[in-house]
Amino acid sequence: MTQALVNVPAKAKRGEVIEIKTLISHPMETGYRHDTNGAPIPRDIIHTFVCRYNGEEVFRADLHPAIAANPFITFFTVATESGVIELAWTPDHGETVTQKANITVE
Amino acid sequence: MVRESDPKTATRRRFLAVAGGLALAPILVRRSARATPATMAAAIREVIGEAEVREGKVTLELPPLVENGNAVPMTVAVASPMTAAEHVKRIHVFNEKNPQPYIASFHLGPRAGKAKISTRVRLADSQTVVAIAELSDGSFWSASAEMIVTLAACIEETP
Repeated sequence: MTQALVNVPAKAKRGEVIEIKTLISHPMETGYRHDTNGAPIPRDIIHTFVCRYNGEEVFRADLHPAIAANPFITFFTVATESGVIELAWTPDHGETVTQKANITVE
Repeated sequence: MVRESDPKTATRRRFLAVAGGLALAPILVRRSARATPATMAAAIREVIGEAEVREGKVTLELPPLVENGNAVPMTVAVASPMTAAEHVKRIHVFNEKNPQPYIASFHLGPRAGKAKISTRVRLADSQTVVAIAELSDGSFWSASAEMIVTLAACIEETP
């Protein structure tokens, strides 16, 4: 089970620039390593990370094997209105992991 | 001390030179399998096209001395008002000596409010990392950071 942690402020003033911190547990297997029998370990990384604010995309990251295991990404967005901030990580294998956070804008 | 005339020392010195050369050989062979500054330059052209890249506006923070290349904190920021008329569209990060020259591409817009991103990267060797920002007016700005890596990522195998 992939675990994701997000840190979004619960409350913000309208127009305030808020920081969003995200962390997900994932090995980010590069595809350049070999197992004990010498067989190559296939690549398995999170290649896309997207942040949507009330359905509108506000941030996107294309990731490569050079991103460390358990990808940690922080970025900023403007608190425009109350609603839901949805974060989605898409791996090479398996389903997209999504995490939602509510924000109240005064 | 008249070392130069001692034949024993001379042989020992020659042996050490040869042994040293042999010890270096696998390192050189391994290096050739990695990305090089030339492949990084080619990758940059592939991503941003023939546009002119100027230095400035971008700040790239990486520790100058890295003890563990498996997780190196990196912060990239661009000086921009982030308004609808003037904002950062994309930030691309490249490296010289990992197996692939790409690290990440970040897509932003005026909704970001502030063009600043932090993450953790893998570095396979002491090298230079380059960040290039694409602004809404079509201009490209860059910053680079050099670092020494003592424990490299990507090379160790599973136990």
